[in-house]
Amino acid sequence: MKKGWWKIVAVVLLVYTIIGGLLFSVPRLSIVNETVRALYFHVPMWFGMVTLFLISAVFAIRYLRDPKTEYDIYSVEFANVGLAFGVLGIFTGMIWANYTWGSPWHGDPKQTGAAIALLVYLAYFVLRGSLNNEEQRARLSAVYSIFAFAAMIPLIFIIPRLQDSMHPGSGGNPGFNMYDLDNRMRAVFYPACTGWILVGGWLATLRIRMRLMANDLNEIEDEKNR
Amino acid sequence: MKKTAKLLAFLMVAMGYPGVAQPVVEMADTMRSEGKIYVVVAIMLVIFLGLMAYLFLMDRKISRLEKRMAEKKR
Repeated sequence: MKKGWWKIVAVVLLVYTIIGGLLFSVPRLSIVNETVRALYFHVPMWFGMVTLFLISAVFAIRYLRDPKTEYDIYSVEFANVGLAFGVLGIFTGMIWANYTWGSPWHGDPKQTGAAIALLVYLAYFVLRGSLNNEEQRARLSAVYSIFAFAAMIPLIFIIPRLQDSMHPGSGGNPGFNMYDLDNRMRAVFYPACTGWILVGGWLATLRIRMRLMANDLNEIEDEKNR
Repeated sequence: MKKTAKLLAFLMVAMGYPGVAQPVVEMADTMRSEGKIYVVVAIMLVIFLGLMAYLFLMDRKISRLEKRMAEKKR
């Protein structure tokens, strides 16, 4: 548990997020009104997803350079948790959109881009599921996951900014001013992102540890059968 | 006379005189003033901490399994 100090940091940061996110003062903006607080919970899902996908892509590259089974397991499990975060991001976004834009799905560039990015990553798991040979599966999916990450960046960060969008931060001018994210909000928003990224990492490591054990078990059984 | 009125109006805007101030943005002020927001905070905290405790227990269980696994491998 000594090595697990960062898990406690994650919990503390998110407890702070819940308290601060609901109680601290926020800018009074029309249309969003009080729901501006959703920013503390909706946006960190995407920060978490992008970070987890990045880690997944790094392990995919490492696998291609040095084909160890562990790297493949790391890569797939980080992508798995990242996808879960993305799905939560989409659904929380739909709830928020329903309130501020009038309906949950607008075909807004940001929403569409995020949905396509999630589909690209879903296809990653379809690809993995369709290959039986372990080595082949690891190698192909590593290549694909690098592509998926490269496709996600423009889909979420670039294309929405080139077009008109109702989503804050789109339509030309990026940066954090878009949320009218003043310093009061930053004081909650950044800890929230850090906390969720850590929780995502935690979930991923749990899944990785289970997969590694299953791997060891398979090896032991293989030896017995020999 | 006109000048002083203009000056007064300018000062009122510049100093954020409430009578001239921005349109009122509706927030959940009533809920806050009644202290009901703390109910929401408490419920969210209980759910979150409960889930995290669950995660910690799962973490411990996996650690124990890993130990057994390491012994088996030897």
